[in-house]
Amino acid sequence: MRLRGRAPLALHRPPTGSTHRKYPPRRPTLATGTEPSSQAGASGVHAASRAAIPARHLRTDRWWLAPACTAAGLLAFVVYSTWRAFANADYYHAPYVSPFYSPCLAQNCQTMHGGPNWEIFGPWWGLSPALLILIFPLGFRLTCYYYRKAYYRGFWASPPACAVAEPHKKYTGETRFPLILQNIHRYFFYFAVLVACVLTFDTVLAFRDEHHRWGHMGLGTLVFLANIVLIWAYTLSCHSCRHIVGGRLRHFSKHPVRYRLWGWVGKLNERHMLLAWCSLFSVGFADLYVYLLATGAFADPRFF
Amino acid sequence: MSVQNVGGRETDGTDGTGGHGVAGQRGEARPANGPGQAQGGQSGAYLAHFRVWRGDADGGGLEDFRVEVHEGEVVLDIIHRLQATQASDLAVRWNCKAGKCGSCSAEINGRPRLMCMTRMSVFDRTETVTVTPMRAFPVVRDLVTDVSFNYAKAREVPAFVPPAELGPGEYRMQQEDVNRSQEFRKCIECFLCQNTCHVVRDHEENKAAFAGPRFLMRIAELDMHPLDAAPEAGLDRKGTAQDEHGLGYCNITKCCTEVCPENIKITDNALIPLKERVADRKYDPLVWLGNKIRRRGQ
Repeated sequence: MRLRGRAPLALHRPPTGSTHRKYPPRRPTLATGTEPSSQAGASGVHAASRAAIPARHLRTDRWWLAPACTAAGLLAFVVYSTWRAFANADYYHAPYVSPFYSPCLAQNCQTMHGGPNWEIFGPWWGLSPALLILIFPLGFRLTCYYYRKAYYRGFWASPPACAVAEPHKKYTGETRFPLILQNIHRYFFYFAVLVACVLTFDTVLAFRDEHHRWGHMGLGTLVFLANIVLIWAYTLSCHSCRHIVGGRLRHFSKHPVRYRLWGWVGKLNERHMLLAWCSLFSVGFADLYVYLLATGAFADPRFF
Repeated sequence: MSVQNVGGRETDGTDGTGGHGVAGQRGEARPANGPGQAQGGQSGAYLAHFRVWRGDADGGGLEDFRVEVHEGEVVLDIIHRLQATQASDLAVRWNCKAGKCGSCSAEINGRPRLMCMTRMSVFDRTETVTVTPMRAFPVVRDLVTDVSFNYAKAREVPAFVPPAELGPGEYRMQQEDVNRSQEFRKCIECFLCQNTCHVVRDHEENKAAFAGPRFLMRIAELDMHPLDAAPEAGLDRKGTAQDEHGLGYCNITKCCTEVCPENIKITDNALIPLKERVADRKYDPLVWLGNKIRRRGQ
C-alpha cells in the first residue's frame, strides 16, 4: 500500500461502549457455530494462521457455470474431432476438403484434384492421415495461453474459479515436466501459420465447382471463408505472435513498423478467448459441412 | 457484481480519525433501527443483513448484523456504521475511501474486493452480505490481515538500475517506450491479486518460492523499462523471474486480472509477456542462436 506513513493498527484502543469484549485473548461467542476450525496440518485457506472459515469459499454467484460450460464445450469438440480424425472417410467432396485432413500427407489419402495431397508418408502409414497433421493445431491450442486457462480451470480445477479453493494438495504449476513444455508454444505457432496457409489454399480451391472449374461459389465457400478468417484471426492474436512481432523489444521508438504491428496484434489479442472459441467452432463446422456433403446427407447450394 | 467508480460520492465525514488507521468509534450519531425497520424519511434506506468475520489468529467466526444502508453507500460505509453503532471494537484497515490507497481489501461474498469500491446497490436488498478478511494472509484481527508477505517479496525484486552514462535530470524516454510500464504503475498495491492467486492462497508452502502476480508484474515493468541498465550490470531479470521469483508457478488462470480494481491486464500484459521473455532466454534455441550470432541486445 502506498501510504507508508500510515498509523499502526489501533488494535489496543481503549474500549468504548457496552459491546466491548476483552482483547486479547478473544474468543467471541459465535452466531454461526464456527468455533476455531483451523484444521491441524491444514494448508491453504485452512492454514492455522488464516481466518478460521471452514468453507472452501463463500462465493454466492454461479462461479461453477463458466468452468462447466468450458469443460463441456471442449469435451464436445474433443469427442467430435476424435471421431472424425480416426474415421478416415468422408473428408473430401469436390471442391471442399475437410480442414481436419488438410494437408493430406499420406499415400492412403483420397486424391483431391489440385488439392493439398503431399504423399510424404508412404504405404506403411496405415492410420488416418488426419493424425499426421492434427498434431500441429492440437499442440498449438493445447499450449495456447487461453486454452491453458480454460482447461486448468475446467478440467483440472486448478483453480476451479477465483477464490474457490482447489482440491489439490500440492501444486508446482509449470515449473517441471510435463507442463514446462508449455514454453514451446511459439514453435507450435510457427507450424500453425503453415497450416493456416494451407487452409487458405483450400479456401481458394473452394471457388471452383464440383468439376474443378474456377469462378464458382457455393454455400460451402462461405463456410470456408468464415473459417479461414477466424483461423487467421485466432492464430495472429496469439500471445507468442504478439511477443515475436514486437513484444520482445525494449525500445518501440526504434522499431516503428514492429511497434505498429504489435499494436494491431494487441487489438486482436484482447479478443483471443473469443477468437479461440469462434475458430474452434468454425473449424468443426467446416468439417461437418464436408462430412454432410460427402455422405450425401446434404447438397451444397450453389450460387454461381 | 461489477466494480464501479464512485467518484463524486460524498463521504459521510464520520471517521473522525484523520483518515488513517482503524476507524474511530465516534461515528454517526444516528442510532440503529430495530430489526426489519428502515429509517423513516431517508430515501432508499433499508436494513441489510451482514455477516462479518470476527476473530483473530486463535479463532473466530462469522457474526450476524442487521444494519442500516442508505442510497449511494459502499460496503466500507456499512462497516463503519457497524463500528459506530454495534461493534465498536471491529478492526478494519482503511484510508482513502476512494479506491486509491489499497487498504480496505477484503472478501465480499467470497470475492476479493475493495470495500470502498463495492457499492451496496450491486446487492439485492434481501441478500446477506458476507465480509471476511483476505484468506491468503495471516489474520491479525477481524478484517485486518498481516500482509508483510508482500513487503518481503517486494524487497526481493532488484530495483531499477540507473544507466551509468546518464545523470539525474538527463533521462529521456519516448512515450511509446514507457506506455507498457505505465499501465503497471497504476497498481495501488491492494494485494487483492496476491490474495486471490491460488499458487499461494491454496498452497502456503509455495510462498517462499513464488513472488505473486504483483511482483512478477514489477519485474516485467523493469524488464520493459527503456532505461533500466540491469543487463549491463549483469542482472538477468528474465532468468531470475523464472529461477528466483517462481514465474513457472503461474498457470495464467487470470484471477489476478479478474480482481484488479485498477483493471490492469496483469496476465495478458505483464505475466504472459514475461513468460515469453523467459522462453526467449531459457527455452528457445533459435533465439539463443540468433543472439549469439548478432550479439545484439534489445
